[in-house]
Amino acid sequence: MSQVKQGKEPLLRIAKRDGISRPKAYGIRVIAVLLSLIVSGIFIFAVTKLNPIQVYEAIFDGAFGTSRRSWVTIRDTMMLLCIGVGLAPAFKMKFWNIGAEGQVLIGGVITAGIMRAYGTSLPTPVLLVIMAIMSILAGCVWGVIPATFKAVWNTNETLFTLMMNYVAIQITSYCVALWENPIGSNTVGVINQQTKAGWFPEVFGQTYGLNVILVLVLTVGMFLYLKYSKHGYEITVVGDSVNTARYAGISVKKVTIRTMAISGAICGLAGFIAVAGASHTISTSTAGGRGFTAIIVAWLAQFNTFVMILISLLLVFLQKGAIQIASQFNLNDYASNIITGIILFFILGSEFFINYRVILRGKKEGEAK
Amino acid sequence: METVAAVQLKNITKRFGKVVANHNVSLDINRGEILSLLGENGSGKTTLMNMLAGIYFPDEGEILVNGKPVTIASPKDAYDNGIGMIHQHFKLVDVFTAAENIVLGLEEEGKLDLKAASAKITEICDRYGFHIDPAKKVYDMSVSEKQTVEIVKVLYRGAQILILDEPTAVLTPQETDRLFDVMRNMKADGKAMIIITHKLHEVMDVSDRVAVLRKGEYIGDVLTKDTSPQALTDMMVGHAVTLNIDRPEPKDPTPRLEVEHVTVFDAMGVKRLDDVTFTAMGGEILGIAGIAGSGQKELLEAIAGLQPMQSGASIRYRPIGHPDNKDGVELVGKTPLQIKRSGVSLAFVPEDRLGMGLVGSLGMTGNMLLRSYRKGHGIFTDRKAPKKLAEEVMEELDVVTPSVNFPVRRLSGGNVQKVLVGREIAQKPSVLMTAYAVRGLDINTSYTIYNLLTEQKMKGVAVVYVGEDLDVLLELCDRILVLCGGQVSGIVDARTTTKEEVGLLMTRFNKEAAEA
Repeated sequence: MSQVKQGKEPLLRIAKRDGISRPKAYGIRVIAVLLSLIVSGIFIFAVTKLNPIQVYEAIFDGAFGTSRRSWVTIRDTMMLLCIGVGLAPAFKMKFWNIGAEGQVLIGGVITAGIMRAYGTSLPTPVLLVIMAIMSILAGCVWGVIPATFKAVWNTNETLFTLMMNYVAIQITSYCVALWENPIGSNTVGVINQQTKAGWFPEVFGQTYGLNVILVLVLTVGMFLYLKYSKHGYEITVVGDSVNTARYAGISVKKVTIRTMAISGAICGLAGFIAVAGASHTISTSTAGGRGFTAIIVAWLAQFNTFVMILISLLLVFLQKGAIQIASQFNLNDYASNIITGIILFFILGSEFFINYRVILRGKKEGEAK
Repeated sequence: METVAAVQLKNITKRFGKVVANHNVSLDINRGEILSLLGENGSGKTTLMNMLAGIYFPDEGEILVNGKPVTIASPKDAYDNGIGMIHQHFKLVDVFTAAENIVLGLEEEGKLDLKAASAKITEICDRYGFHIDPAKKVYDMSVSEKQTVEIVKVLYRGAQILILDEPTAVLTPQETDRLFDVMRNMKADGKAMIIITHKLHEVMDVSDRVAVLRKGEYIGDVLTKDTSPQALTDMMVGHAVTLNIDRPEPKDPTPRLEVEHVTVFDAMGVKRLDDVTFTAMGGEILGIAGIAGSGQKELLEAIAGLQPMQSGASIRYRPIGHPDNKDGVELVGKTPLQIKRSGVSLAFVPEDRLGMGLVGSLGMTGNMLLRSYRKGHGIFTDRKAPKKLAEEVMEELDVVTPSVNFPVRRLSGGNVQKVLVGREIAQKPSVLMTAYAVRGLDINTSYTIYNLLTEQKMKGVAVVYVGEDLDVLLELCDRILVLCGGQVSGIVDARTTTKEEVGLLMTRFNKEAAEA
């Protein structure tokens, strides 16, 4: 249904693709990554006169250079993945949950509080279960509040969940001041450093074994939930068209609140994993912006939780690499961030070419319908 | 005519893909004249006027303003030629005042002088008899005030030729009268005006001349004083065409749905249905005719449990085989799920196929699941039965799709419709409601759908068929209910009625004449 234009046809036209085969889509993404490496290489050489190959080696070294570094990379990947898995159902329902940051924090605060209070009186396994349940409940509450307002009064969930982040940050600041240790440090310090009470135990001899197991179970579970369960089907329908959902007798209110309860719960649990399974402390930067980065993870993976594993790994890999090149080549932090930025820009940009075709002047819209 | 016409359209043709919206239309519009453009839905009135307003560009033909050929490629070109259009859907910025909206987009030298603009607006208002407050924000305005702002906006830009697209659709009778007064003032001032409408009494009331379009073709024009509503209806609907749709006699019709006193207001507070009462019989096809937006959508949605109704409404369902069941099942107040759970098998093919009936991102299987996903215990859905159903529908209705998992959004309109109709009929309904079931379908597919509906009728299903093509309604249905402005203006026997009778009921002239 093109309109007739006067004058000359524009040089480039953009048309929405009717659809693209999976291999072709991945082909475009691989080309994007390669292009981004070339452009970053040019940038590196232009600014620092360093050999780009060496810099890339250093990036790899930063992420996987030693066994310890590898495990840190894996730990952080799992963290990001966990939040991404939590966001998947909300975004699939087209509920813009920008509040993962707050949901993670509030789960983390509860975990830290219980760990401090009952570290001496309860055995670690019991403590872990209690902390997990409480963090799930806290995240759940943080998700259900904006969902209820949206379902009942049709408030804007983007703003609401964003505001909830600030509430969580303020609560965290308050708790940090309350639990300050040692006095004057303005931090909580490592909780139960001597007893390690409430810390994740080693699994298969690995410090972060339990993190991996928990998150992978969630990943598989969420995949099945979204794809094969009745709830997952309802989420798909609501995300596609609210009117179709009403037509089919689906209660949009119920699905909205239930889905955000699940989304918030998983993000809350991510807070638990961050505190009990990794940092063993709490601060306002415990979530560290991952609540926002995870949105990219969820969207890029099109809510396929298995694809999210790869994307989380890529993002964490780049971040670790950036830190490494900054220290190894004495580069400014910002230089390495620019490289990460270039690579992300190309990957995100490639989605445009997957969804749209660019047609040169004079070319016919071949498969246009 | 001693002077040259204000606007001349010569041999205008406009196509959208395969659909011809206007075919070889020639039309003159004179200064100091109000011309009515009359035609059924989809007859191409708005498309034709959009070409004058610079929204579309004609594929063939030329436009002359004051005798000179012009190119109108954008709304700005239209303004430069003194043409202004008041669209059916207002294009105003809610948070701006009337004056701000009116000057919006004007490229004038120097500083923005709202005071001077307000003065000019007041002057325009005084001249033609409008009332608006230039400082009032649009979000505080009534529909009629917004329309006034739109008209002043056009006049402010110096328009000599005004096009009003169904301006009265959103107005009360009093507001309509006021608008017509203003239009007469503008006419006296030498403006040329075109009013798109399908309300015949308004045509008779306000216009000097009537031009009729039918299915994109220009039928002719007549002076209003020389014509009658009857003659105009004949021009509008044309002669009956024989379609040869197979129509068996209804099989012992029994009351299935008794609809009483259904009144519906929309979110804006406009009355969409006004005390609608009728009975749909099992074993017959009840056609619903009416100009678009006469309440068809609201009526079907009310029955399906999707539309809140005013108190006093009752929709009583009588199960098959229990004609004497005095109570039946009351549907008013129930959600779609509750209706389903109370044993009422209601199939509904809504007008907005992808927006309401289907899940565009899912394939046929996923869409078959929409009606059955709750079946079975456990948290997981059963996909085998819907997959089998999808394959059956694909086979029986010749749905063209690469696979049953291919997103239905990417199928063609006809195939989308087949998926929806196939699923709804597979429910083995006792009531089947369809809205514009054949819109956008080719002839063969349309006949497939007609046959399916007749098949359902012969199984004793109460079929409700909302249609826009009168020829089809006359040949497919057993009875036809005609809606006009949310009211039932008549229920006629489809076998004995004529196209003209239905056409008149649709524009309600007959009832008003009776009242007068």
